[in-house]
Amino acid sequence: MSIDTERRIEAATSLLLSGNEAVARGAVEAGVLVAVGYPGTPSTEILESIANRQDMYVRWSPNEKVAFDVALGASLGGVRALVTMKHVGLNVAADTFMTAAYTGVGAGLVILVADDPGMHSSQNEQDTRAYARMGFVPLLEPSDSSEAKEFTMLAFDISEEFDIPVLVRTTTRVSHNRGVVKIGARLERPVKGFVSDPAKYVMIPGYARGRRPVLLERIEALTAYVEASSLTVESGSGGDIGVVTASVAHQYVREVLPDARILKLGMTYPLPIERIRAFADSVDRLFVVEELDPHMENDIRLGGIAVEGRAFFPQIGELNPDIVRKGFAEAGILPFAPPESDPAPPTVVRPAIMCPGCSHASPFLALKRLGAVVTGDIGCYTLAALPPLSAMDTCLAMGSSIGMAIGMAASGGADGPVVAAIGDSTFVHGGIPGLSDAVYSQANITVLILDNGTVAMTGGQEHPGTGVTLQGSDTTPLDVVALCKALGVRDVRVVDPYDMAAMYSALESSIAYVGPSVVITNRPCVVSPIKIRDKPYQVIDEACTACQACMTLGCPSIIWSEETFEGRRKVVIDPVTCTGCTVCAQLCPPLAIVPVPDWEGSTDV
Amino acid sequence: MSETTSGLLLAGVGGQGVLLASMIVADALVRAGHDVKQSEVHGMAQRGGSVFGHIRWGSRVDSPLVPLGSAEVLAAFEWAEAIRWVPYVRDGGAVVADIRMIVPPGACSDRRSWSMPYPGIDAEVFASRGLKTRLVDASAIATELGNVRAANNVVLGSLAAFLDIDVVHWEAAIEQFVPRGTEEVNLAAFRAGREASEAQIPLPTVEPEGFSGPHEIDIRHDWCKGCDICSRICPEYCLAVNGDGVLTVTNAEACTGCRLCVLLCPDFAITIHPPQEPATVPVHAVQGGASR
Repeated sequence: MSIDTERRIEAATSLLLSGNEAVARGAVEAGVLVAVGYPGTPSTEILESIANRQDMYVRWSPNEKVAFDVALGASLGGVRALVTMKHVGLNVAADTFMTAAYTGVGAGLVILVADDPGMHSSQNEQDTRAYARMGFVPLLEPSDSSEAKEFTMLAFDISEEFDIPVLVRTTTRVSHNRGVVKIGARLERPVKGFVSDPAKYVMIPGYARGRRPVLLERIEALTAYVEASSLTVESGSGGDIGVVTASVAHQYVREVLPDARILKLGMTYPLPIERIRAFADSVDRLFVVEELDPHMENDIRLGGIAVEGRAFFPQIGELNPDIVRKGFAEAGILPFAPPESDPAPPTVVRPAIMCPGCSHASPFLALKRLGAVVTGDIGCYTLAALPPLSAMDTCLAMGSSIGMAIGMAASGGADGPVVAAIGDSTFVHGGIPGLSDAVYSQANITVLILDNGTVAMTGGQEHPGTGVTLQGSDTTPLDVVALCKALGVRDVRVVDPYDMAAMYSALESSIAYVGPSVVITNRPCVVSPIKIRDKPYQVIDEACTACQACMTLGCPSIIWSEETFEGRRKVVIDPVTCTGCTVCAQLCPPLAIVPVPDWEGSTDV
Repeated sequence: MSETTSGLLLAGVGGQGVLLASMIVADALVRAGHDVKQSEVHGMAQRGGSVFGHIRWGSRVDSPLVPLGSAEVLAAFEWAEAIRWVPYVRDGGAVVADIRMIVPPGACSDRRSWSMPYPGIDAEVFASRGLKTRLVDASAIATELGNVRAANNVVLGSLAAFLDIDVVHWEAAIEQFVPRGTEEVNLAAFRAGREASEAQIPLPTVEPEGFSGPHEIDIRHDWCKGCDICSRICPEYCLAVNGDGVLTVTNAEACTGCRLCVLLCPDFAITIHPPQEPATVPVHAVQGGASR
């Protein structure tokens, strides 16, 4: 981040913080010494906002599983530890998570998981609360920035009191919402030290059987805790209905029913079911308003309490004040009033696209021309699935591209060469075991590693392949070429994606190679960690034959001109956004695309 | 909705700095003594997509999201985005919009009509909804001040006219958040935006005629050796060499008649015909190709 949050925070007593910054501040004030994670929207800014603290160990891990392991190790070593990830990251870390519930902690361990209802930047919208239930792990849900800090701090106390990791679940509208937060002092805590206890920390079956009943005992104790806890807050006095709610949904309920009786939960697993029962007994109708799956509603119903929720509030996507208002109108609680606003006049569709000069465009244009079946992965390059490139056939989970390519090739059902496309950070995160299988199985696939030297999609974070830490200092970089060779790949090529002919030839040759092959592109991301600009290009209007060959790249700097040739639109290049990557000029048959002569504009923005 | 809560929206295109502008507005409101909540979306949306920020303020704010039809003002850094988010503005509210147009590449994809579905600039789309409207040419103003990147603060300057926040708070917030070393130009941009006159609206562009149907592609198979040059260059992916090495037309409907295939074919094996024009046998074909 360009803003030195930490500097601002230390100078203030209260200020506007995002939910992510507030979680980080909560960790600081709770005396956390180790904070780790893997970038993922909407969780990324938590670690970034405390990256430069000298009194903490703050690191990006190669993936969420490793991050969880690091945090658990630190906790057993006797220091408070925070691990951060997005919702799908917990799938990767789930192996450690499920058994960490058995071992318990040394010092406090908090898992911050940021869900993405509405899938603003995710491949699914799973509800992390299901993991709390499966793991018998308590879960707190802050509803704004102030609670994000407060609940994070409390989560460490709960973790230590009950000897269990604690989940704090935020959503996009908590993580990326700014609100006023009071700043306190950092708690300095001595390192407790590791106490060896194999029966607690070595989960061989004999010992794990001994820990299994502890899960159930603890959740009973936690239920008693939450029944008496000030995490549950009752408000309002008006009317005959009551609403049980949590997280940002609580803010929407307050917005549309300002005087209603509300039971706002801070811990949503386990539930304070007796508090809810007493609340339900005092109202005529009980509603639950919660985002995504009906976890609270089902638990309340299991408790034998009549409740309404999913019948009026959608299970899919984000809630907002308008949706909550509509739900209460359908339930007969509010008069039905359609939004007092006409729909927007027609405007242009504007999906996310690759940046001007993106080094991911040319490899996918080549793959399309080669008729490849492309198993894709998670990153900016997933945008190659959209027109005009339309050159990606699958995208599921971090690292899935390689295993799926192996299976696709084994099926014999692909009508073209099978290519897995994966970014550098995703390769380190989850691609390496897949490539190991490609060698082991001698799969006839090509793995395209799009190495742009950063975790671009989440805003340009560091990873082991970059050789740079979260603090910006140098460390030993992972050597991707040497790694591929060490795994046993014989055909490894490194190619400049700004050289269209070389890019095409490299892929063509690698596809022709029988057995696993790897093509690595080597141009950095044009927007992070630094913005890369060279002399921009322009179209010589008289030379343009309006063939549209340049537009097959999907570069946002190239748009239609008002001039035509034989009734077809010519094109123009925006000199302000063109990075001078030259790929369009290489594609132009009449050589109509040339550098802007005597360009004196800024080349750094 | 609480009586004392107000809201506004900022909108633009990923990469324009909507998030930074949102932080400036929210910070100015905090400095002016309000409770404030600000909501935004990061991640994929930043890649050239539509980006927005919700800001709400008052004595006590609940929802961070602005309900439809309740915003005091919408400030847009791009023309099409101003149109997209206008349903959030309340009756009698205001729209401040930069007349900058960022045409996404997807708007340049209909090669049959050759028309761009990008809305023309017309203040009437807001005025007809009873909204106060202020259109500014922020990029031109910022460029004149020496840094086109300061355009957002020109828009914020124009926005400030619709909000009751002391200018001291605005300027402190701008100094707090803009990159070090650009404070002066951004403050100048903000001040220029406060006084900016209504932008000169460019004339609507004339769209080409469009075409009456796809061109026809004729392949002389006895001359074609399946070298694949044409199929690799065709911008519309109309041609492909099949497994037997034979060139085939795979997407006849998409041919726009650019003739790249004709011009690049080393064997003169391809001709194309405009729609509704009867196919003629090429001269060189008559001269003996058939007997080869």
